[in-house]
Amino acid sequence: MHRTWAIIERELRRFRRSPVLIAMSMTFPIVQLVVLGYAFGGNVKHLKLAIVDQDHGVPAVKVRELASAVSSGARTIDTIDYTDQGQALTDLRNGRVNGVLTIPPEFSRRVLERSQPRVALIEDNTDSFVSNALAATLGGVVAAYNQPATTPRIPGQATLDVVEVYPYVPYVQYLLPGSVVMSIFMMVMIGGGIIFIDDKARGLHEGYLVTPITKFELIAGFNISGTIKAVVAGMFLIVIGSIIAGIPNPFDPMRLVRLFVLVVVTSFALISLMFLLMVRVTDPLLPRAVFGILNTVLYFPSGAVYPQQGFPGWMTVIAVADPFTYAVHAFKNLLLKNTGFVAIASDLMFLLIFSAVAMTAATMLFKRTL
Amino acid sequence: MNAIEVLSIVKKFGDFTAVNGISFAVEGGEIFGLLGPNGAGKSTLIRMMVTLLPPTAGTAVVNGFDIVKHADGVRKSIGVIPQAMTSDLELSVEENLIIFAKLYGVPRAKRETLIDNLLAAVELTEWRHAQVKNLSGGMRRRVEIARGLVHEPRIFFLDEPTSGLDPVSRVAVWEMLQKIKAERDLTILITTHYMDEADKLCDRIAIVDHGELKALDSPLKLKASIPGKNILEVSLPSAPPEWRDRLQQLPYVQRVSGEDNIFRISSTNGPETTLALMEMAKSAGVTVQSLSVESTTLDDVFVHYTGRALRDALQEANPLDRGFMMRRP
Repeated sequence: MHRTWAIIERELRRFRRSPVLIAMSMTFPIVQLVVLGYAFGGNVKHLKLAIVDQDHGVPAVKVRELASAVSSGARTIDTIDYTDQGQALTDLRNGRVNGVLTIPPEFSRRVLERSQPRVALIEDNTDSFVSNALAATLGGVVAAYNQPATTPRIPGQATLDVVEVYPYVPYVQYLLPGSVVMSIFMMVMIGGGIIFIDDKARGLHEGYLVTPITKFELIAGFNISGTIKAVVAGMFLIVIGSIIAGIPNPFDPMRLVRLFVLVVVTSFALISLMFLLMVRVTDPLLPRAVFGILNTVLYFPSGAVYPQQGFPGWMTVIAVADPFTYAVHAFKNLLLKNTGFVAIASDLMFLLIFSAVAMTAATMLFKRTL
Repeated sequence: MNAIEVLSIVKKFGDFTAVNGISFAVEGGEIFGLLGPNGAGKSTLIRMMVTLLPPTAGTAVVNGFDIVKHADGVRKSIGVIPQAMTSDLELSVEENLIIFAKLYGVPRAKRETLIDNLLAAVELTEWRHAQVKNLSGGMRRRVEIARGLVHEPRIFFLDEPTSGLDPVSRVAVWEMLQKIKAERDLTILITTHYMDEADKLCDRIAIVDHGELKALDSPLKLKASIPGKNILEVSLPSAPPEWRDRLQQLPYVQRVSGEDNIFRISSTNGPETTLALMEMAKSAGVTVQSLSVESTTLDDVFVHYTGRALRDALQEANPLDRGFMMRRP
């Protein structure tokens, strides 16, 4: 075991003297958290809606007033009045407006006759976020229009009351668990995989291989030192990321203890995966080349940025085998819900079994000779 | 007792045979050199002996341990300096030694004294806290020598230890190795393509080319084993053209070459040929502008046993490495 500790000592001494490496491994996930968190997290606002009123009756004015109310309240839309339907559609195609609300000439008459009065929303559906937001907003406007002037004292229609168990979770908080796993992965790749292959290419491993160290001691030394580096990165991002994202009560000691355990287990799983992938690699360019692919294949199917329930079948298969999936799920439980170990027991179990399998396979594949 | 015995060892990479059935023995306490150009198979041979490469056939016994059957025993008894500089650049000199002392399981109580002594031996005591990346090439090589000795091995393997070093650093490394060997009961096996290094440092030399052992003996005996012991280089500006034939008639002369009245005379007895030459020139009234007598070099030995000059063989191995050729003395 003393040989394993010698490898760990060597790796950590080198790590301590590489501040650029440390900074780079930690900066990217924080930048990603802030940029993605605030870019995707906000509500869509100030969508330009052309209103073509071809009716001018009182009901049509009411529709326009309701739209104007949204414009000055939630600011989801900015209304622009058009007199020419053709011009409005031209502007829609040219991107000057996001949608056209047309109130047809017969609208008021149909309202009074109760004969299926309709308004039309013509929208640019090349951007689904925008078109969905417009449809939802105007759906709300029409629903408000349909509300009777007087409501009965005892409503006869069923309503849904939503009770949220946890405080409001903005998207930047939703993204934080994935960013923590990403920071661990970054350190695993840069501080583990790339340095491992670079050392091998420089011939540094020859120095180890002529000593009496065993394959297991060597792999264990690299894995444990890589885990320690990744734990530093992961805990750093938990602390800084929690402050940035506004996680409530981020320094609760019990939560930090649970997070620490999860960071250790996740780090060990990812470093074991990395060594399994790199154990036979000798070309220093390869880990750099596969870095982006691995990042995409592991990060996005994990549910870190989008719910897995929306994935196609083939991506669900990747997600099931992806250690990120279990790590992200467990971090969501601890960071967003402050649960105990019971809620993450299955995730921890998967990650531990994954680590054992990957490390065993890496040890078997490791060549004791050149 | 032999420290190393190499027994019909073969190494093939696919269809290419890098080492082809080489056998030799290294006696305990000697400095043994493997001399040959790049690509001759020296590094492959040493890598098999230090258990970095498994042999295709044959084996070697190092300090009584078979390299295939008892690789761990071999590893515990040897120190190895690979061809590449493999010290950790970010670590200090002392840290490099400590890490390797721990890898070899040197007890804590012994470690400090051992490292102090080694740093003194390689004259790096005052640099012990310096990061290796701040040291010169020669100093880095000395760090590696100390690192290879940190567990007090019986046998020390050095793969081209002075490759890439300037002449001053090379001489410093030679002196250091001789001093360390004198202080310790150490057997040293060294590979090199520097003839002067092999000549000055090694007790015995094995000439290796194209994966085969061409000759093995002490530098003196190797030089004595080939015909022609001296080369006379003489400048005769006023000599008539037929003097080339007259030089050929001098006693002990084997061969005469040269142009523009500067002749190279190969002789089996340099002093006698020199005396006869001077008398012939004096009696003919020919002025001897300059005269030098050189002993046979290992390059002549290499030419004799391989049919080509080591310098040419090196260039053949590295046709683009002109800078390297220029650095050679």
